[in-house]
Amino acid sequence: MEKLLPAQNRLLKSKSSRLGGEFRGKLFVILCAVIMITATIAITIFLSTKGLQSFTKNGISIIEFLTSSKWDPTNKANPAYGVLPFIFGSFAVTILAALVAAPLGIGGAIFMTEIAPSWGRKILQPVVELLVGIPSVVYGFIGLTVLVPFIREHVGGLGFSLLSGMIVLAIMILPTITTIATDAMSSLPNHLREGSYALGATRWQTIRKVLVPAALPSLLTAIILGMARAFGEALAVQMVIGNVRDMPNSILDASATLTTIITLNMGHTTYGSVENNTLWSMGLILLIMSFAFILLIRYLSSRRKLR
Amino acid sequence: MNSKTADRLATGVFITIAIMITAILAGLFFYIFVNGFKYISFDFLTTPSSNVRAGGGIRDQLFNSFYILLITMLITVPIGVGGGIYMAEYAKPGKITDLIRTCIEVLSSLPSIVIGMFGLLVFVNTTGWGYTILGGALALTVFNLPTMVRTTEDAIRAVPQDLKEASLALGITHWHTIKTVILPTAFPAILTGAILAAGRVFGEAAALLFTAGLSTPRLDYTNWNPFSEQSPLNIFRPAETLAVHIWSVNTQGLIPDVEAVSSGSAAVLVISVLIFNLAARWIGRIIHKRITATK
Repeated sequence: MEKLLPAQNRLLKSKSSRLGGEFRGKLFVILCAVIMITATIAITIFLSTKGLQSFTKNGISIIEFLTSSKWDPTNKANPAYGVLPFIFGSFAVTILAALVAAPLGIGGAIFMTEIAPSWGRKILQPVVELLVGIPSVVYGFIGLTVLVPFIREHVGGLGFSLLSGMIVLAIMILPTITTIATDAMSSLPNHLREGSYALGATRWQTIRKVLVPAALPSLLTAIILGMARAFGEALAVQMVIGNVRDMPNSILDASATLTTIITLNMGHTTYGSVENNTLWSMGLILLIMSFAFILLIRYLSSRRKLR
Repeated sequence: MNSKTADRLATGVFITIAIMITAILAGLFFYIFVNGFKYISFDFLTTPSSNVRAGGGIRDQLFNSFYILLITMLITVPIGVGGGIYMAEYAKPGKITDLIRTCIEVLSSLPSIVIGMFGLLVFVNTTGWGYTILGGALALTVFNLPTMVRTTEDAIRAVPQDLKEASLALGITHWHTIKTVILPTAFPAILTGAILAAGRVFGEAAALLFTAGLSTPRLDYTNWNPFSEQSPLNIFRPAETLAVHIWSVNTQGLIPDVEAVSSGSAAVLVISVLIFNLAARWIGRIIHKRITATK
């Protein structure tokens, strides 16, 4: 029977089924793209509305929330919701970690691309990849069992401190900075190096006067991506920083960050209570900061294109 | 200072930095393994954990970690690969493509705790499920999706243009070309990326704290009915993973052998992630060899 069908019909039929598959396939991938857009918009909208509730519904003043350093939500008579110490803690620990990790990461990148491009890269590249692979709780656990007692005995203070947070975060963001800085340095055109060497410059002069300035926007991007990661890191920092509600006076004082307060209190405050709502407002600050980091990176990459 | 001396000094500094980075890694691994291996035994891996007594194991946590990982990958891989195909094959330069790129960038730079909070709001409270494996897996999907999309897009872009053009020239439709020519060629790279992403998911804790919870009900491993409360396969039960377990015993645990349990768990976690990384390279290389003519 099959053979009796005119060729035209058979071909048309198969063409329509092909085109049906074509349509379904395209629909599927478009759906996947739509899911990503929806997820991003949903996250922004849900967290913004929830985060603003403590100001709109509970009547906490935004200015007091951001500038007061008194955090006492459990005080029945006169609760205070100032998160300045945590904002300060977040920025302090992020900037300190970047100050340690940036020279190490960029130094490592220069070692891999300029000093020993063959064997050095073969050793350091897997090292950096393995560092990325260690989960953040493991960093926190090692910080808690090794670093905190060490600082308590040899440096001073309780051990739970900004310093411990800084060291743990610096090690965590080191691979991010190193990887991106290495890509930046190795994508520099070779004639920059050759031109500089031909002028009689030493390797260090070439690195300092030619290569680093040329790669500067990318290197800054690397540092900012590292800082974005440090700013949002929660558990590892929470385990070593001490989580007190006061402003730290020195690097050896215990402190707290936005993420650590959220982690610590989200579980045992009632959903919908004022204290719980302030935690969502802190989450909103984290979200806004992560948008700010993206804008900063965009700005740097637009500068890179102009050159 | 003489410029030659400065050069030598700088070289010395860079070598010191490289040695320092390597030493940090060596120190971390040495500490994790030396302390962890003492506590890893068959018993440790097969007894349930205890909330108050010493001598608890990590059986349920280990199972939960792998189970959540499996569910996450089942959701992430199709969506991620689909999104990657869209970005590489269908997206035309323009506002919408820019928007999707921005979305991917935003998703990938969100702190995992923020994703956990979103999960708490949507998958735990709005749906009324409470802490569930599914909620955890969906939160991890949000966390993992950008990586998967980027990996797929890069893998597809790396497929030689000749293959695609030859297929289209034979009169084969675009989707059929993607299905039968482009995806198989890009498969090793996509698989490698997926396994690496799995390693990252396996160690993730902050996004799971408020979505999959800090507790596990008493499980009965002979009960395979996925709708039963005690079944390990039930996706609507709370589940504490290994990474979350390390955090919770250290910060709110009452057990006397915190150090032992967390050292052992940390070693198991790091070994698993290492296996994922090695497997990714190894499998990628083997498949690449098998389906292409390269040596």
